[in-house]
Amino acid sequence: MSEHKGQTLSWQIVNGAIELTLHREACNEIGSLTLEELESFVRALPELARNAHALILHSAQAAGFSAGADLRELYKRAQGMQKAEALRGVRDFLERIHAVMNTIDALPITTIAAVHGVTFGGGFELALACDIMIADRMARFCFPELRLGLIPGFGGIPRLKRDLGNAVVRDLLLTGRSFNVMKAQQIGLVSQIAAEGEALRVARATASQVGKFDRATAAAAKKFIKPIPYEELKREIDIFCDLYARPAVEEGLRKFVENEGPQPYLP
Amino acid sequence: MPTTDHTLDEILNLAAAHFKVPREKLTADDDFFKTLGIDSLQALDLLTRLEQHFRIELPDYELQGVSDFRTLAQRIQARL
Repeated sequence: MSEHKGQTLSWQIVNGAIELTLHREACNEIGSLTLEELESFVRALPELARNAHALILHSAQAAGFSAGADLRELYKRAQGMQKAEALRGVRDFLERIHAVMNTIDALPITTIAAVHGVTFGGGFELALACDIMIADRMARFCFPELRLGLIPGFGGIPRLKRDLGNAVVRDLLLTGRSFNVMKAQQIGLVSQIAAEGEALRVARATASQVGKFDRATAAAAKKFIKPIPYEELKREIDIFCDLYARPAVEEGLRKFVENEGPQPYLP
Repeated sequence: MPTTDHTLDEILNLAAAHFKVPREKLTADDDFFKTLGIDSLQALDLLTRLEQHFRIELPDYELQGVSDFRTLAQRIQARL
């Protein structure tokens, strides 16, 4: 299908670029339905990529690209389950989301994340799987997982390590702080900064540019430049699952989910 | 270097303009979540705008427990 409209995301081909639009309210939290629809998307990708030179990921939600994993769903599902069953469910989810991320990461066409607003946790990890990140002035990034007693579980740590110096990775992960687009560009994460609301337009212009080059050459160059840390990605799942089993995590999730105040996304 | 009062004034002006609240309704000791009617996602949006306006980096953990404009101004002043 060259175009598809789902409940949490849709895709279409525009001027030779596949555009994957995330549109789950409020901020594209990645839960089981989004995962299913991402899996449908990656199944469609081989056919889509035959007719495209680039893939652009972007969000139609005003609040941002994605606030990350759907923690409320994660918490509620675990309630009433035996611990072992909940853990199996988490591992299964992680293995499936990793398969999605790895497919996007290894795609032979150029992938561009056009981000704005909140780009946190799993949402940040989805953007990191892309070759190029374009962000508007209001984009804000964060790996807040340590606040919950966890580490990023969707492949963020191996991908951050691939792209950044270790000192920067330590700062971002160990403080769990959010940072703005100027910082993101300064440390080498963001390739171009667009005016507020203009990230998709800039991404389309970039996609048009990359479309001028021979596809096989670009694919060979990308494969050479961009190693995919498969072993570390598997190790990340193991570490995440070990941490998830701890009581502190359930408590951290409970506090986040039950927080009725205005500040759940602040440290 | 601007004074903290000047910084506070700029914060109030920026917040009023962005969240479309009459400037005269904002005071230094207001709880900005309540007065502006914002949640934490919108507070992050405000933080980004303040960082750009003042050309600083302000880690969001510096805002832990901060909910009034005066204390926010002090945090920003410490980065100027």
